[in-house]
Amino acid sequence: MERVVERVAVTGAEAVANAMRQIEPDVVAAYPITPQTPIVEYFARFVADGVVRTEMIPVESEHSAMSAVVGAAAAGARAMTATSANGLALMHEIVYIAASYRLPIVMPVVNRALSGPINIHCDHSDAMAERDSGWIQLFAETNQEAYDFTILAVRLAEHEDVRLPVMVNLDGFILSHGVEPVEFYPDELVKKFVGELKPMYPLLDTEHPVTWGPLDLYDYYFEHKRQQIEAMENVKKVFPEIAKEFEETFGRKYWFVEPYRMEDAEHVMVALGSTNSTIKYVVDELREEGYKVGSLKIWMFRPFPKEQLQELLNGRKSVVVLDRAVSFGAEAPLYEAVKSALYEVAARPMLGSYVYGLGGRDIKPEHIRKAFEDAINGNLIADEQRYLGLRE
Amino acid sequence: PVAKKYFEIRWHGRAGQGAKSASQMLAEAALEAGKYVQAFPEYGAERTGAPMRAFNRIGDEYIRVRSAVENPDVVVVIDETLLSPAIVEGLSEDGILLVNTVKDFEFVRKKTGFNGKICVVDATDIALQEIKRGIPNTPMLGALVRVTGIVPLEAIEKRIEKMFGKKFPQEVIDANKRALRRGYEEVKCSE
Repeated sequence: MERVVERVAVTGAEAVANAMRQIEPDVVAAYPITPQTPIVEYFARFVADGVVRTEMIPVESEHSAMSAVVGAAAAGARAMTATSANGLALMHEIVYIAASYRLPIVMPVVNRALSGPINIHCDHSDAMAERDSGWIQLFAETNQEAYDFTILAVRLAEHEDVRLPVMVNLDGFILSHGVEPVEFYPDELVKKFVGELKPMYPLLDTEHPVTWGPLDLYDYYFEHKRQQIEAMENVKKVFPEIAKEFEETFGRKYWFVEPYRMEDAEHVMVALGSTNSTIKYVVDELREEGYKVGSLKIWMFRPFPKEQLQELLNGRKSVVVLDRAVSFGAEAPLYEAVKSALYEVAARPMLGSYVYGLGGRDIKPEHIRKAFEDAINGNLIADEQRYLGLRE
Repeated sequence: PVAKKYFEIRWHGRAGQGAKSASQMLAEAALEAGKYVQAFPEYGAERTGAPMRAFNRIGDEYIRVRSAVENPDVVVVIDETLLSPAIVEGLSEDGILLVNTVKDFEFVRKKTGFNGKICVVDATDIALQEIKRGIPNTPMLGALVRVTGIVPLEAIEKRIEKMFGKKFPQEVIDANKRALRRGYEEVKCSE
């Protein structure tokens, strides 16, 4: 099939909604008021205009949205929803249940701060609150990646060795409401790539009746959790295969992480999401000035690509980790994961933790430069949490 | 600091005046003209009438930086009640300040203290006369295209046809194109 792409200037929300249109899931359930995102607004229009045959269920809360999607997926449908911030927090209980039932749900999440105080802007506190829920978590740097991951996530979620839900994270406002060029693939090509869902133990298969959601106490709960752990481990094997097929189909290469100017880099910055763009801009500037710096973008946060980080960061002089979320009373989530991954490497780099951008505080090139300068000057303390762009 | 890589615009308006749509339309037109583009809004309180900003970056190379535009080449003010020295923050005197107002350059200069090039256009009246609605973003876009030459006027006209074509009758499209063209023709600049 010919790959004729359409290059358009769109918001991240529109890009993701377009991926959902192309995927055309059987069921989308969503709670259609704040804190929702334009993703659902766009998608509802596709449904209303008859562009897709998806069953759209407007529900009375986010908790119900996730419940409806869980029910639909258990019945054997391809089911999606989208949410943000406090909406995701309200889903929380059922988010865990979706993962423990091994339901291949795909959910774009527009990352925004959790209240309070009330704030609608970008940070990663919503996604981090679901870090241990058992969902695969992908983070997009650009609107293109948000579009691509929504498509790719369907295959990853539905792979028989995985069967886990996937959150596609995109930064609130910066991507969701920001316009930049995106290349859309032809509908037929996307439809061919995602294929048909192969339901496993669907409720609607009345020839083979099954029970979903029974009581599971000390007799088997632990074994079921062990299987869930195994499924998450399998992502590490399955993801590169699907990413390869994605590349062959659409021409874009994805992996667990994206190294940028890392070959001879002595100082490396690690971050999630859209801030990686500004980091690359600063890396280019510092390279022009003769500093050996690079960056490492984390595309997949859960499962955490520990082995890839160990391989790429072993022997560097320093590693600076930027977090757009905090864990009160402990280290910031990405920093904690990177620090833990580097415990066993042969030549452990110096480490620095920088929290930035909470509640949508702008992250500027000068902030990133400051953190790099600390690394270059050997001024890092592994047990100290520092802040960028904060009044003190 | 390294040389500026992108052409940057900062829009100031009130929610509902169309700054976000105008910045988006400009990005779409510039993309069609073969440029790399970015447009993003910055919301404060999400309610009609609240001050808001929107940003554009347009360049010949892939645009990486995502922070708010601090040193714009052009500041566009859609609502003259927002004029103050703060509005020209980061705008160098080589830059352009474009304002929707019935008043003159001196008024704008006095309100902002800006000593560079000031351009004014009565975009609200143009919008009221042509589109019959006081949403001045289309004539402002016309004025912006005139004073910067960032994209050809025809590129914006095409975007208007495409954007409104699906939802509105021909007379609405024509009214918007007239408003655009009048903004382009009627903008006046100081020297």
